[in-house]
Amino acid sequence: MAGIVGYGANIPRNRIKVEEIAKVWGADAPSYKKGLMLEEKSVPSPDQDTITMAVEASKNALRRAGIDPREIGAVYVGSESHPYAVKPSGTVLAEALGATPEVHTADLEFACKAGTEGMFIAYSHVVSGVVKYSLAVGADTSQGAPGDALEYSAAAGAAAFIFGKDKLVAEVLHTYSYTTDTPDFWRREYQYYPQHGGRFTGDPAYFAHVLGAARGIMAKAGMTPADLQYVIFHQPNGKFPLRAGEILGFSRKQIDPGWLVPKLGNTYSGSSPLGLTATLDIAKPGDKIMLVSYGSGAGSDGFIFKVTDRIEEVRNQAVRTRDMLDKNKNYIEYGVYAKYRRKIRKAE
Amino acid sequence: MPNPARAWREYPQRYRFEAGKCTKCGYVAFPPRLICPQCGNREFAKTKLAQSGKLLTYTIIRVPPDTFEDQAPYAVGIAELADGVKLTAQVVDCDFAALKVGMPVRLEFRKMYEEGEAGVIYYGYKFVPE
Amino acid sequence: MRDVAVIGIGMTKWGELWDKSLRTTFVEPALMAIDDAGVDHLDSMVVGCMSSGLFTGQEHLASLLSDYLGRNPVPAARVESACSSGGLALRQGFIEVASGMSDIVLVGGVEKMTDVTGCEATFALGTAADQEYEGFHGLTFPALYAMMAVAHMHKYGTTREQLAMVAVKNHDNGSKNPLAQYPFKVTVEGVLNSVLVADPLRILDCSPITDGAAAVILCPADMARKMKKPAIRITGSGQATDTIALSSRKDLCWIESTHLAGQKALAMAGRKVGDMDLFEVHDCFTIAEIMITEALGIVEKGRGGKAVEEGLTSLKGRHPVNPSGGLKAKGHPVGATGVAQAVEVVKQLRGEAGERQVKGAKRGLTQNMGGTGGSSVVHVFEAE
Repeated sequence: MAGIVGYGANIPRNRIKVEEIAKVWGADAPSYKKGLMLEEKSVPSPDQDTITMAVEASKNALRRAGIDPREIGAVYVGSESHPYAVKPSGTVLAEALGATPEVHTADLEFACKAGTEGMFIAYSHVVSGVVKYSLAVGADTSQGAPGDALEYSAAAGAAAFIFGKDKLVAEVLHTYSYTTDTPDFWRREYQYYPQHGGRFTGDPAYFAHVLGAARGIMAKAGMTPADLQYVIFHQPNGKFPLRAGEILGFSRKQIDPGWLVPKLGNTYSGSSPLGLTATLDIAKPGDKIMLVSYGSGAGSDGFIFKVTDRIEEVRNQAVRTRDMLDKNKNYIEYGVYAKYRRKIRKAE
Repeated sequence: MPNPARAWREYPQRYRFEAGKCTKCGYVAFPPRLICPQCGNREFAKTKLAQSGKLLTYTIIRVPPDTFEDQAPYAVGIAELADGVKLTAQVVDCDFAALKVGMPVRLEFRKMYEEGEAGVIYYGYKFVPE
Repeated sequence: MRDVAVIGIGMTKWGELWDKSLRTTFVEPALMAIDDAGVDHLDSMVVGCMSSGLFTGQEHLASLLSDYLGRNPVPAARVESACSSGGLALRQGFIEVASGMSDIVLVGGVEKMTDVTGCEATFALGTAADQEYEGFHGLTFPALYAMMAVAHMHKYGTTREQLAMVAVKNHDNGSKNPLAQYPFKVTVEGVLNSVLVADPLRILDCSPITDGAAAVILCPADMARKMKKPAIRITGSGQATDTIALSSRKDLCWIESTHLAGQKALAMAGRKVGDMDLFEVHDCFTIAEIMITEALGIVEKGRGGKAVEEGLTSLKGRHPVNPSGGLKAKGHPVGATGVAQAVEVVKQLRGEAGERQVKGAKRGLTQNMGGTGGSSVVHVFEAE
């Protein structure tokens, strides 16, 4: 029996509204808001990046786990905005937590599902018995190209999970992954912004893999939506996860606790993982939660968790995801946003 | 470009707040020292700083040093932590108008600055309102 | 220990001296001091300079300056204690003469600050702070003093207007000093409306970036009398250190190193602070002057703001502070300041201070400070 021992999140407090971005590019804000089911997104401050958010999210996970960081045997950070191309975010994270020097670490990339790949690897290490505890983080400060549709949604956030065999807050019942070579969204080396295939990113990409993974894991588990209390899908915008849920037969009640995107934006590798931390913040012992991520390129990871009694003891040991999402927000204008996100060309 | 060793040496302090507590008089040295400035004792026990405290004073820097040129204006302050140690750091995630003596703060891991486009990224601690 | 006298002084106009290099900036007043003293040789040279390395890439300064002063092979040393490098050079020269090691010593101070950008200068000045635990966090000197001001205002009710009055007083005095960088008056309103540097300190609360130098010649007092020179003696010298980081101080509102250095210097001179006719102190920022008057004991702790408001420290007041215009109006070429303070006091005790003469001045005190008070150097001067 292995699963999540501690979980934590970190969301920057800056927000920019769809209207503010649309104003600059002469776009029709109401249609973007309706089409994307998105109101605002988080923006990292200049002193926040994938590493700083990973550290704070992991510290929150440690508070709930209640373990000595030196017992963490492996650390995986999944992101598409690692601060270094060569030098793992994981080493800074492990050093900051005090997990060094006896620890494995590596950085992962798989577009928006690098975080859940990390979760799968971390979980597998624990199940196989090679480490006692392992840490997986999904964190991103992704960029949307100025004036592109993705600019409305590309946001920042991090979620961290410590896996182990004891002190579980949520047991992993099943894992699954559905992967194909599908070029829906990519970024070449040395390019600043990603490219994408427009409407090709819908049915052949997101839906094919999310539905493929969801159906695959439910079949493996012998479950239907009725057997699950909550489901979290990857959230590139508000519409896609709701549509996926509708197609599969889930109710809004099952989706809503983990549906953060309208006020958060798409936190890429943090997207479905943050939906999970928000859900764990309110789930009851015995609840079953399904998580289906999506990463362009493409693939989806599936997990089914069962919440344990211990969650009630530790959930308040650290800040709740929705408190970071809803409270203490700092709204910024496009000029400040462009400055923070380094979109302004300065003198050499 | 400076050798990264100078910053790397301070990681135990900047990342994990490791300090030394004088075994004789209890003075907490941050960063750790070889000799206690209070009683002259040369033995210290390992300890870590408290993670929250109150601002004793603050200011807003509008004319920055060149390393921080892009960050101005930014607030800095001296806080007295719960264990009595006084620490200097930036104060972030806080409207300037909200700064005041006595404001409760806690420590968060943040990026300090980058050594240009190609150099090392420096991380450290900053105060955020509690 | 022998009695030590100052027999020569030299200083040229301070400011942004675009056409003068570091070496020229130093040599001109040094030659003035040598001529004023009428000596034909030097036994030793001590130079105060905070950072010729960061400002102009030049180290090995003492050797360079002894060369350009035409004094090779005289022994020469450069001393550094941030902004009190000049006062420290004076102290080292004093010790050499008092101990009998040397007879005629040139003490000079110099700083050439305008060969770098404003941000680079701010960084160089910031090296007087704790690099890993203050500088690393983006602290600057205006910021450190601003934090002292906020604490002082919170604890004692000192006001921004009182801070501004220090600048007004010093500019008033500086307008009478032909060598000052900014020989013009300012108003309280003008100070309060000037641009913010680090809240609450505004640009007119801060001493400027300046190029300049000053020099004095020291010799045994007996030699001065034989040469029939006015023997302005240095009767007391005191120095003290404190924690480099402001956060490590016991009291953020108090400059202990100045307090201790002042006590030592006055004790050596056998005088009390009330015996002094004038003071030249380190007003790197307006709040600094307020805190220094408290630390020296000119006023009670916490009353520094009220004192300047009441005119206690103005030129015609009971305890004139900074008749030269202080760092604020005269300028602050870092390493030169401590020596220029001595030049002013000697001028005043010789009765040569013109429009800003403190009538009947017989005893003066200089106080020079490094960083936020990590070092302080105090000297007491007396006319015969």
